[in-house]
Amino acid sequence: MADTFQFDLVSPERRLTSVEATSVMVPGAEGDMTVMASHAPTITSLRPGLLRVEAQGGQQEFVVTGGFAEIGADGVTVLAERALPRDEVTRDVMNAMVREAAEVHKSAREREEDGVDEAAKLVADMVAVGTHIGLDPEQPNL
Amino acid sequence: MPSLKDLKNRIGSVKSTRKITKAMQMVAAAKLRRAQDAAEAARPYAERMQSVMAGLARSVGGSDTAPRLLRGTGSDRTHLIVLMTAERGLAGAFNSSITRLARYRVEKLLGEGKQVKILTVGRKGRDMLRRDHADKFVGHIDLTEVKRVGYDDARGIAQEILKRFDDGEFDVATIYYSTFKSVINQVPTEQQIIPAKFDEDAADTSTVYDYEPSEEGILADLLPRAVATQVFAALLENAASEQGARMSAMDNATRNAGEMIEDLTIEYNRSRQAAITKELIEIISGAEAL
Repeated sequence: MADTFQFDLVSPERRLTSVEATSVMVPGAEGDMTVMASHAPTITSLRPGLLRVEAQGGQQEFVVTGGFAEIGADGVTVLAERALPRDEVTRDVMNAMVREAAEVHKSAREREEDGVDEAAKLVADMVAVGTHIGLDPEQPNL
Repeated sequence: MPSLKDLKNRIGSVKSTRKITKAMQMVAAAKLRRAQDAAEAARPYAERMQSVMAGLARSVGGSDTAPRLLRGTGSDRTHLIVLMTAERGLAGAFNSSITRLARYRVEKLLGEGKQVKILTVGRKGRDMLRRDHADKFVGHIDLTEVKRVGYDDARGIAQEILKRFDDGEFDVATIYYSTFKSVINQVPTEQQIIPAKFDEDAADTSTVYDYEPSEEGILADLLPRAVATQVFAALLENAASEQGARMSAMDNATRNAGEMIEDLTIEYNRSRQAAITKELIEIISGAEAL
């Protein structure tokens, strides 16, 4: 049996899950990474994406919209700005999230701030998550 | 000497007041439980955030390249006071004790020749501070329509603060709220959020982390979130404190009403007895005169 480690997923409002996991796939800002037991201590920020947790009881999937993951010696904690179990993400929810990101992008562009590229990437990531889980979200007009 | 009818009316009105305060107390008790649960649920996130930020701040904080949110603007001329109170009154000293602390601070800063700007969250604090310091108000955030504070509300407030910071409107921001200790004890608290201050003892120094993308990158990404988290924690503490304060205030009010009803009832019975005695004397002396 594979080694396990403590995995917590918390959002500002509640703790979503706390399990003994065998591996966790984290959508890191610089690419997905799969964390297994005894991973090197790392702190990474997240991009919008799908978080997959493999535990003894089975697999859980969450859609997260950013935040960061702390991989420590005693376990992994993901602090997500917003996280939803995959089942709860319907096409409407996804579209709302994409629209929100597009809104941020629009206001950044109007005020000619530096964050335009980041915002555009955020929107693209959002759409990518939606497509990835087969929801076919609306394509915002950038 | 009030007439019997007056007394009866007064007893009636105090009784209905008692009914209302009793109901308010029970509602506050139910809401308090929910508020406490929400505060409890938010704790793991805030704690983790705090410890990661403390670690980051310790390693990056000293350098000149540290983000402005952490380093500050290099001056402390203009202070932003964020006063967080409730939308409703009848909660004992809850609103006034937070406002008193903020007012004390405002006056101290003004005495030192600093500039003060005030941002209010919650109607009560705004109404109280407006009497003396209306000219320093820069904004108000209305949460009247919000039934249960969520992270999105906190993020909205944080964005408002951060936008003003980016526009160079102030150098130091401090939030004022009430920490929930127990139903009968809520402590007005001030907390500086910009430049960010972290309890360095909370930092976990035993582990050396790799950072992806970079320490600075993560810090710049996290600092605005840390502000939102602190505001959110303050909102939750405030919500619990408000209900706790209201609950004990209404409990006192109910008890006082009970005492008042007792006193009034005694007075009522006495007057009634006096009236009966008086009538009897009249009848007897009338009979004797015959």
